[in-house]
Amino acid sequence: MPATLRAVLRGLESALSSPPEEELRVRFAMRYVAPTSIEEAVSVLDGAVAAQVYAGATDFIPQLRMGRPEPGVAVDLKRIDRLTDLRREGNTWVIGAATPSARLAEEDDLVAELPGLVEAAGLIGSDQIQSRASLGGNLCNASPAADSVPAMVVNDGRAVIAGPGGMRTIPVASVVTGPGTTSLASGEFLVELVFDRPPPQTADAYLRFIPRTEMDIAVVGAGARLTLDEAGRCQEVSVALGAVAPTVVMVPAAEDILVGHTLTDDALKRVAAEASAVCNPIDDKRGTKAYRRQVAGVLAVRALKLAADRAARTGS
Amino acid sequence: MTVTATPTTDSQPGYKWVGTRPVRHDGLDKVTGRARYGADLNLPGMLIGAVLRSPHAHARILSIDTSAAQAMEGVKAVVTGADFPMLESGGEGSGEEYYDPRDLCRNVMARDKVLYEGHALAAVAATSRREALAALAAIEVDYDVLPHVLDVSEAMAPDAPILHDDLITEGVDPIPDEPSNVASRYVIDRGDIEKGFAEADVIVEREFVTQPVHQGYIEPHAVVADVGEDGKATVFCSSQGHFMVRSHTAELLGWEPSRVKVIPAEIGGGFGGKTTVYVEPVAARLSQKAGRPVKIVMTRDEVFRATGPTSGSKIRLKVGATRDGRLTAVEGSMAYQAGAFKGSPVSLGCMCAFAPYAIENVLLEGLDVVVNMPKVAAYRAPGAPMASFASETLLDEVAEQLGIDPLELRLRNAAEEGVRSVYGPVYKRIGFKETVEAVRDHPQYSTELGPNQGRGVASGFWFNFGGSSSATVHINEDGSASVLTGSPDIGGSRASMALMAAEELGIDVYDITPIVSDTESVGYTEVTGGSRVTHATGMAVIDACRKVVTDLRARAAKVWDVDVEEVEWVDGRAQHVSGDRAPMTTRDLAAGAAGTGGPITASAAVNARGAGVAFSTQVCDVEVDPETGAVTILRYMTAQDAGRAIHPSYVEGQMQGGVAQGIGWALNEEYIFDTGGTMENPGFLDYRMPVASDLPMIDTVIVEVPNPGHPYGVRGVGEVGIVPPMAAVANAIHDATGLRMSELPMSPVKVLEAIGANGG
Repeated sequence: MPATLRAVLRGLESALSSPPEEELRVRFAMRYVAPTSIEEAVSVLDGAVAAQVYAGATDFIPQLRMGRPEPGVAVDLKRIDRLTDLRREGNTWVIGAATPSARLAEEDDLVAELPGLVEAAGLIGSDQIQSRASLGGNLCNASPAADSVPAMVVNDGRAVIAGPGGMRTIPVASVVTGPGTTSLASGEFLVELVFDRPPPQTADAYLRFIPRTEMDIAVVGAGARLTLDEAGRCQEVSVALGAVAPTVVMVPAAEDILVGHTLTDDALKRVAAEASAVCNPIDDKRGTKAYRRQVAGVLAVRALKLAADRAARTGS
Repeated sequence: MTVTATPTTDSQPGYKWVGTRPVRHDGLDKVTGRARYGADLNLPGMLIGAVLRSPHAHARILSIDTSAAQAMEGVKAVVTGADFPMLESGGEGSGEEYYDPRDLCRNVMARDKVLYEGHALAAVAATSRREALAALAAIEVDYDVLPHVLDVSEAMAPDAPILHDDLITEGVDPIPDEPSNVASRYVIDRGDIEKGFAEADVIVEREFVTQPVHQGYIEPHAVVADVGEDGKATVFCSSQGHFMVRSHTAELLGWEPSRVKVIPAEIGGGFGGKTTVYVEPVAARLSQKAGRPVKIVMTRDEVFRATGPTSGSKIRLKVGATRDGRLTAVEGSMAYQAGAFKGSPVSLGCMCAFAPYAIENVLLEGLDVVVNMPKVAAYRAPGAPMASFASETLLDEVAEQLGIDPLELRLRNAAEEGVRSVYGPVYKRIGFKETVEAVRDHPQYSTELGPNQGRGVASGFWFNFGGSSSATVHINEDGSASVLTGSPDIGGSRASMALMAAEELGIDVYDITPIVSDTESVGYTEVTGGSRVTHATGMAVIDACRKVVTDLRARAAKVWDVDVEEVEWVDGRAQHVSGDRAPMTTRDLAAGAAGTGGPITASAAVNARGAGVAFSTQVCDVEVDPETGAVTILRYMTAQDAGRAIHPSYVEGQMQGGVAQGIGWALNEEYIFDTGGTMENPGFLDYRMPVASDLPMIDTVIVEVPNPGHPYGVRGVGEVGIVPPMAAVANAIHDATGLRMSELPMSPVKVLEAIGANGG
């Protein structure tokens, strides 16, 4: 998003956040707060009754429209610089919790090193939504179908969390505890996500299945990451599936089957079967259990092949 | 690309404006956001209305207590069913104009029972939406929840919950004693069905299931109603017919139509779904009670739960054919969901399914079945698409079994001039064969297919309607013309009216201002529906223009003091036959109008009877992912008889739009209900209409076989394009996979199940 547009949007938000007239205060019980530092955010959240933090609000606002009860305080985290940052720090990439997805795709080195992660983030919503939606929001919304989460998990992402007790870092995989729930305690919020820069001959990929070509929610999502040796054999393998269980599920058998081997049809067939087996899906309006199981296997294999092609191309 | 049986339109000799492609007059305002749609009007002192809707699919209303809501801050009016007169049956008309006042009044505001989840049963007007919603929450309703039924087979079962205690099936002999959910039975019985099947060498039979689908217009229903001190109402809203809104609103309020003035807003899509009223009478009654203007804008959720859709269906059909591909007999039964009140388009389905073909022996039964979902509304060629999904799939199967090319099979059976149609009338000049030939000759039909790819064809029919329209033409002081009609412009009709007026008046199309006038500024005009506007309203415009030209010639004759017969109208100018007088333009004549009889204006009205029928033939190429069941539309081409394309770009747009909606219907769109009868997908996320990237560029070929019932040969073009796509896609999937898909939507889950069941 251009800086000028961002400034305009911030101006609008600022106008909205100015103290409301008395009459409006009666009518609109929900308060809006936009802290500009982590410390300020922590203190706003400390003791606030029914506060809700948000980044791009691309889930939050639709949820309010769907009848979710309004929080007492809506806390906009986008004005804390660290939360909208995107930087290389040593051997890691650090992505602010509220950094818009569109920014990731503009960072050429990030695209080259973590293409699957960037693709997953890029699948969230339309172009307009991309200017608001963030990895942090996608993670903390805790939807089982969140596109970016399997991609973050296969890349061993870490979540930096701020709260009344200070900062702590946990694996991305342990943030979501169930549909709509996280391990973050009251008063805590996500600050940033950290990923190691990949070693040579390593690449990731994320694929999802939707009935349309865009503007949809994953029926199944599959993230894969692998490292190849000189002979094209797998050294490290990680596969994670989305939308097939209450939280992202790993396919540990993929590692057992593939490490030390190339991606033969036979091996991939076994991986597909294992991926289908670890699913714990539901029947709902978007797909059946049987469908999700089968397509999980299909996508796991396709994501592995795509990651392997990329890894081979990265060279050593 | 345009294929014609007569000289081409795009370069039609003899026509200067008809067949050209000017940018539509209303285009700039629409693309820049200036155009005013239903929700765009705000009046001083305006209140916001909101509607309380049933959470139950079927329940008796034991009591409604609005006292708490009435007493709330900001609430200015509350209405329930008790605020509207109870109307009884007595509706007339058919097709898209059909309605029954008894049902309409109960659909707009429930009385003793709610019949679907989303059924309106009360409404409030308050000073803000927030207050209005809070007031709705404070209305206490005591329900006696009843068992509900959605499936047509279950609704016809002996122990089914009965929606209406007074609904006795029409069209059966003897008349039943007991009420049921079957509102009527319609039959087409021609020739000798047993003889027909006895002559057949091959007989195919299959059952089909389709789901209810919504019209999916982008603009939700929106209205501002303002009842004045004189008791008269002004209603500003988006609809497919403001005269329809006027008459329905007045009737539901117990008023004469002249007590209501309706000002048409721009309309953001209708596709048939805005040929009735929902919130308009409610806003008017709230405004009357509150003494202030009231605005109601539906949410998308409300649009899905309470308006549209078109019927889901269960269809069984049987077709017989000889070895050389002659269709000898068709027999079958179709049951359509009507929604909560009678009136599904099942009879139209029976009539359309085999209308492209000359078939002597026909026995088709149509059942109109009420179920606990919103009352269906017209949707683009109502009733035809699901019936043709069945019939055109079976024809593909016949062609396959006989080893005949599917287009060749259609050509061998094609109806033409002089043939009696399956539904009764004898066809005049029609262009069905030409559409089949256009597909056969199109490059797509011979494009090579790859692995997992397939090609399917299908044809379709739609009647088109004529009906009542009015037009007024004014010559302005500067010589330009204003063309006033009562037809809301959904598909580019302003441009078409201007082109026809330009052709008749001989002036530039941009010197014509086409206007959609309110109910007090132009004569009565039926809805924009049935693909009738360019045909019928166009005829009124042509007539009015011809009157104006006669007048202009008379005025020139007066100025020149010659006999009017000596004055010709050529290229927008009066000329004397001798050529020795300087011609007079519309500007000259307008400038001197005061001296020749005053302002130059004329009106005309028609009840058009000669709507020419329309045919479309389409070819679809797909690729099926055998591992996920996903179907990708690779290429798509549609050929359609437009009679005469007044504005070819907007004809093509209608053809493409129909196909796009048909592909959505074929692949992903469906209403999903939970066990309680609550719709689970009332939004565009999970009600999956196609997005732009789902579709290839849809290639079009306009066929022009002029309609003898219109001065320029116009046939309606708006609807028939949606009839063939479901079968075209299904036939393409069959070609790619060998699977016959007989249930819509052909979603990835269903296709993968079919592949799995087939041992794939």
